[in-house]
Amino acid sequence: MAEHNEHAGHEHGAPTGFIRKYIFSLDHKVIGLQYYFLALASVFIGMLLSLLMRIHLIWPTAHIPLMGEIKPEMYLTLLTMHGTFMVFFVLTTAPQSGFGNYFLPIQIGAPDMAFPVLNMLSFWTTFVAFLVMIAAFFVEGGAPLHGWTGYAPLSAIPSAGPGETLGADLWIISIAIFCIASLMGALNFITTILDLRCKGMSLMRMPLTCWAWFITAILGLLAFGVLLSAGILLLADRNLGTSFFVPGGLVVNGTQIQHKGGSPLLWQHLFWFFGHPEVYIAILPGMGVASQLLSTFSRKPIFGYKAMVYAIVGIGVLGFFVWGHHMFMSGMSPYSAFAFSLMTMAIGVPSAIKTFNWLGTIWRGRVQFDSPMLFAVGFVSLFVSGGLSGPFLAQPLLDIYLHDTFFVVAHFHLIMGVAAIFGIFAATYYWFPKMFGRMMNEPMAQAHFWLTLIGTYAIFMPMHYEGMAARPRRYSQLTEVAWLQHLMPVEKFVTYAAFITIAAQFIFVFNLFWSMFKGQRATDNPWHSTTLEWTTATPPVHDNFGCKTPVVYHGPYEYSVPGAPNDYVMQTDPTPHGGHVPKEDKPLEAE
Amino acid sequence: MSTMPATFELDKKHGGGGPTLPPRRGGGGGESRSSSDGTPDFRDRLQRYRLGVCVGLIGVSMVFIGLTSAYVVRQGASTIDPNTGFYSNDWRPMTLPVAALGLNTALLLLSSIALELSRRSLKRQYAVAEAVGEGQAPAPPWLAVSVVLGIGFLVGQVFVWNQLRAHGVYISTNPSSSFFYILTVLHAIHLAGGMAALLYAEGTELLHRSVAKRLLVVDVTSIYWHFMAVLWVYIFVLLQFVK
Ligand code: HEM
Ligand SMILES: [Cu+2]
Repeated sequence: MAEHNEHAGHEHGAPTGFIRKYIFSLDHKVIGLQYYFLALASVFIGMLLSLLMRIHLIWPTAHIPLMGEIKPEMYLTLLTMHGTFMVFFVLTTAPQSGFGNYFLPIQIGAPDMAFPVLNMLSFWTTFVAFLVMIAAFFVEGGAPLHGWTGYAPLSAIPSAGPGETLGADLWIISIAIFCIASLMGALNFITTILDLRCKGMSLMRMPLTCWAWFITAILGLLAFGVLLSAGILLLADRNLGTSFFVPGGLVVNGTQIQHKGGSPLLWQHLFWFFGHPEVYIAILPGMGVASQLLSTFSRKPIFGYKAMVYAIVGIGVLGFFVWGHHMFMSGMSPYSAFAFSLMTMAIGVPSAIKTFNWLGTIWRGRVQFDSPMLFAVGFVSLFVSGGLSGPFLAQPLLDIYLHDTFFVVAHFHLIMGVAAIFGIFAATYYWFPKMFGRMMNEPMAQAHFWLTLIGTYAIFMPMHYEGMAARPRRYSQLTEVAWLQHLMPVEKFVTYAAFITIAAQFIFVFNLFWSMFKGQRATDNPWHSTTLEWTTATPPVHDNFGCKTPVVYHGPYEYSVPGAPNDYVMQTDPTPHGGHVPKEDKPLEAE
Repeated sequence: MSTMPATFELDKKHGGGGPTLPPRRGGGGGESRSSSDGTPDFRDRLQRYRLGVCVGLIGVSMVFIGLTSAYVVRQGASTIDPNTGFYSNDWRPMTLPVAALGLNTALLLLSSIALELSRRSLKRQYAVAEAVGEGQAPAPPWLAVSVVLGIGFLVGQVFVWNQLRAHGVYISTNPSSSFFYILTVLHAIHLAGGMAALLYAEGTELLHRSVAKRLLVVDVTSIYWHFMAVLWVYIFVLLQFVK
């Protein structure tokens, strides 16, 4: 091992005061946890909003405590804020900024991120965005109702509805701040991976989690800048009298709007140029985690490591050329629709490569169904179920029918919403022992898994059929619509399933906090994994490796190595077959 | 770049990373992280900060690429004119105050050159300091010149905005003027950020901080500053010729 005696490659000593240690910390591990808990808070906000929507859909006149009856415009507000919190503050925050921050530096053998101060700023900027978004609920008119996609002209005209006044401004400002924070984070991730890998950690020896975080960061770097530019133009339209997105001759609520000449489609193009890469920002880290876990818990090397890497890269590249598939209904030329359709179908290829490699990995492995593995398998299941509807939507002809129906809602919830959440759960159960030094309670975890898996399928599978039966999306009240009457039993079933699934999440939260204090003590490498985080102390010390720099000799997934005494070979093991007892690799405890 | 070596070794029997290989230099950047006293080596830090700025500039570029595509699309967009009921295009090309903007451009380019001279002289100073020790001959004041020219550019831009407004060209006057203000103001904001870094470097000079630290700030900022100069020329060309 290469030793450096004192604080090697490491610019800041361990802080001691509470504020520097837990609030304005520069330690990537603390920042990762801050992101994680921000996402946890957001997911409960988002879940509450979705529950209110489901209640409204089957009991439209129900009296909700503190809110009264939910009016149609209120329903749209719930819809908007549900999507916004879930997409931005949960799916973009936890998998990348949360787990990425915590484990990326450790997995590549670095003492911290490349720019710790910038890292701290990214988190607190994200937090400000969160506060501004929350504030939108409390201003006059309430939160906006233009959807998470912020379609103009609805989002560009203050008189378009309640919530479109100050609430919409706050929404756009919050998203813009979020963009800046994400850009700073992406910069940090990319520099860290390119510049801070330890000796021996070539790019092709990185765990697939690191590859996923890397490509996700590149997507973020290229996508959030465009959303930021769109947000600036939208704010100018609303407050400075410009007409980028508002067409001429528009009459809103009986009054003619002063703007002239703008193009609502321009907003859609800018938004979806960001929006499609964004869905991959949400899912790629989950793919990385699934790869890592399927290999570990099958005790087999990942099937086709290089193909997995190229598939991630391929998905990332192709993801920038398909945004038009969200706009087939916009009256685009059939020729562009055809091109976008073709590119979209092409993404199916790397997606299928990943899926088959996952299956190849567990095929005839010695599979251990611990809770992290269950969620990783669940991730694959949901990715397949949700992904199969994609190619249907990618046909312009079919999409003209299916667009704006619940079929799309089913598609993206399975593949983006729930699959990415399963990735977060898998990562939580897997890394919890490292982060908190204790194991999570396994029976509770198993119960949580089965209830959540069955629950989410019960919620989202029927939505496909509802969509094919032409049940439109983004409508508040369809209980009175004659031709949708026969769907009411399905609607009721979905709402009941939502109740149960949401209730099951309290098992998770209880388990999380209970195990932090009462869980069984964890060893340094409870899952017998090979990557660098399992060579550190538990939880890792301030500079991760205790003033030593690790050296890497192996690829990340050397399981069931022939002739190896331990069945697996740590990445830091200098011998070819893992003769080294992993314990000896443990760095010294920091003083 | 030494951090991106050709280490794409093929895997022979296991998924990923291949068989046991002795660690080679350059597998990652990590092995050269620190000098003997434990602080990160100056060259490593310089390289890391340069890399960070270059990556950050890609993000900045995307903002302006987004605006450029909006600029082109909006120019060609036509909608129904509420008064006539016919399709029409409301884009009216804008006459730029070319003389004033040209002068500003010259100031910014000169500032960029001055900063480059400052960076080179600091580099020489650093080499001398490494060999003989710090704090001898005073360096030529290129950094200050660059700062003054940069401020001149910003003041000149404010002057242009005021002049345009005096002639009744506001942000809401026409989409062409909307884009003019948005692009120039955003560029100015970015430039002001670089200015803050230059002022910081100037401050360290006055406080006689170590040459290394100043060189680090000036070197990294100069990448950003040159980029902003090129970006400005790009914006100017776009506004002047694509209308
Ligand atoms: C083979 C892969 C995929 C294909 C072919 C595909 C295709 C499509 C198409 C054509 C639409 C537009 C439907 C419409 O609005 O009419 C759509 C919507 C959507 N997809 Fe996918 N998709 C794929 C994978 C994914 C993945 C991996 C994610 C996320 C992780 C995702 C998330 C979404 C979301 C969020 C929407 C709806 C956005 C909205 O309108 O609010 N899709 N998909
Ligand atoms: Cu898409």
